[in-house]
Amino acid sequence: MAQITESVPRSSNKPKSAIGALFRRLLRSRTGMLGLVIVVLVTLIAIFAPLLAAHDPAKTDIMNRLVPPFWLDGGNMSYPLGTDNLGRDVLSRIIYGSRVSLLVGISAVLLAGAIGIVMGLLAGYYGKAWDFIIMRLVDSFLAIPSILFMLIILAVMGPSLMTLILVLGGTSWVVYARMVRSETLSVKERDYVRSAKAIGALDFRIIVKYILPNVISSFIVIATLNVASTIIMEASLSFLGLGIQSPDVSWGLMLSDGREYIATSWWVATFPGLAITITVLGVIFFGDWLRDVLDPKIKD
Amino acid sequence: MKYLLKSLLKTIPVLLLITMIVFVLMRLTGDPVSLMLPENATAEERDTLRESLGLNDPLPVQYLAFLGDLVKGDFGDSFRYNMDALDLVLERLPATLELAIASMIVAVIISVPLGILSAIKRNSVLDLFITGGAVVGKAMPNFWLGIMLILFFSVTFQLLPVSGRGTLAHLVLPAITLGTGIAAEMTRLIRSSMLEILGQDFIRTARSKGLRETVVVNQHAFRNALIPVVTIMALQTATLVGGTLITETVFAWPGLGQLLVQAVNLRDMAVVQAATFIIAIFVILSNLSADLIYRLLDPRIKYE
Repeated sequence: MAQITESVPRSSNKPKSAIGALFRRLLRSRTGMLGLVIVVLVTLIAIFAPLLAAHDPAKTDIMNRLVPPFWLDGGNMSYPLGTDNLGRDVLSRIIYGSRVSLLVGISAVLLAGAIGIVMGLLAGYYGKAWDFIIMRLVDSFLAIPSILFMLIILAVMGPSLMTLILVLGGTSWVVYARMVRSETLSVKERDYVRSAKAIGALDFRIIVKYILPNVISSFIVIATLNVASTIIMEASLSFLGLGIQSPDVSWGLMLSDGREYIATSWWVATFPGLAITITVLGVIFFGDWLRDVLDPKIKD
Repeated sequence: MKYLLKSLLKTIPVLLLITMIVFVLMRLTGDPVSLMLPENATAEERDTLRESLGLNDPLPVQYLAFLGDLVKGDFGDSFRYNMDALDLVLERLPATLELAIASMIVAVIISVPLGILSAIKRNSVLDLFITGGAVVGKAMPNFWLGIMLILFFSVTFQLLPVSGRGTLAHLVLPAITLGTGIAAEMTRLIRSSMLEILGQDFIRTARSKGLRETVVVNQHAFRNALIPVVTIMALQTATLVGGTLITETVFAWPGLGQLLVQAVNLRDMAVVQAATFIIAIFVILSNLSADLIYRLLDPRIKYE
């Protein structure tokens, strides 16, 4: 929305009023607000997990295995959402599981973004051979479902938290690379960049001062929505036994335990799945709102 | 025809790069020898096996040998099943295709009417429900939906089998699981392509001619909306493949996905390579056909 007022120089309180305007728009969007509330809530739960969880999430207690949630016969308030097949408290595990989801989700996206920006800049700014090689790489990554790459890398490196982040980040950089490349190509030809070049500005300076500011809002939007899909992917891989390993706690891992006891104890698989759905929904709502506000150009 | 050839030629470097990535990843970090032999095997035994597998050659030599075999369709033997890896993969392919096609049918049945309805009734309560449902469908992990379906239809009401393959009843839950995940994405895409068409000049002309709304929607808009829908369907193949890996594991469906997940766990390289390659070819071909169908359906697009 390029309004005419935009070109009028603003007073010194510009950043403050911009944030204020953003916040007012957030209040007006019900789903955006809901998304923000969920994201903040999950983040707080992850940070304060040790204070919130009543039990050690990894402590097994064979005497109390498969206790149902408190509102069912045999359930009690000590285990509000019941226990799993090893007597671990489902609620405490969900609380701790939020840590892995957010940690993996956010770090993998930052990694993917970093790789994508570098690749996109190389391809767009330096062009020629760089562009050719990187775009063929991008084609290949697009041609083959990324889960295949993930499976192969996880199998050879052995599953761990670090591998998971590397794998998820290393396979989802393509979107960023394409976005940065096309943005770079269009900015590169503009007069102010040409004149900067003509007066001998260094490539680094042109990239940092003129190109990166042009990609930052698209980047934030894509990255936020990418966190949502990465959280689901982490859960999927952990579910397949290729992600987080016991005794660490992950929602996907809880689901794979729950799958085996679905016939007798529905709660073991039900609640972690709800946790994933609500968290991802929150991130999507927030990301959609960001897109509407920051970057109306991008349609998904 | 020339265009078709050109597109086919373009896929070759992509395929080569895929084989290279797969090859390097598998050879650089994995040591199949330690997995193939018992733990108390001697160093000589390990060396003999390594030599006989060609693992002592330099990597480029190994890669060229691998490519040569690949052209002949020889990916080597699966050490887990002691049979030709490609045969093993092809043996599992029908089960996966069955699941994929059934899921696609489910996805189309759900998403085409819902996508069109929500576009026509834009911003109505119905539209809100449909788009809301699509977002929830996207946020829900597929395998969790599968587990919940098992809980309701197999455990509580005992209507459908929990897992395995055989009768049509076995196919219902996996197909719904995978199909709804794809439907969530497709509904949104169909809605937006329909909206785009409804906003175009020829629709306005049709309306201003005084045509009834049903005629405008059915004869003018829907026909044109079909074009992107077909493309969208073909482009979902990659999602479909990823989905089968997980859905097959949830329902113990004896397909390619389950085989691949197992092979990865066991570092059964021959099977991983054969499966990855077959899947890649499959995805590339369907993307290519999406492109061709798109050009056939829309005469405005000229062959270059």
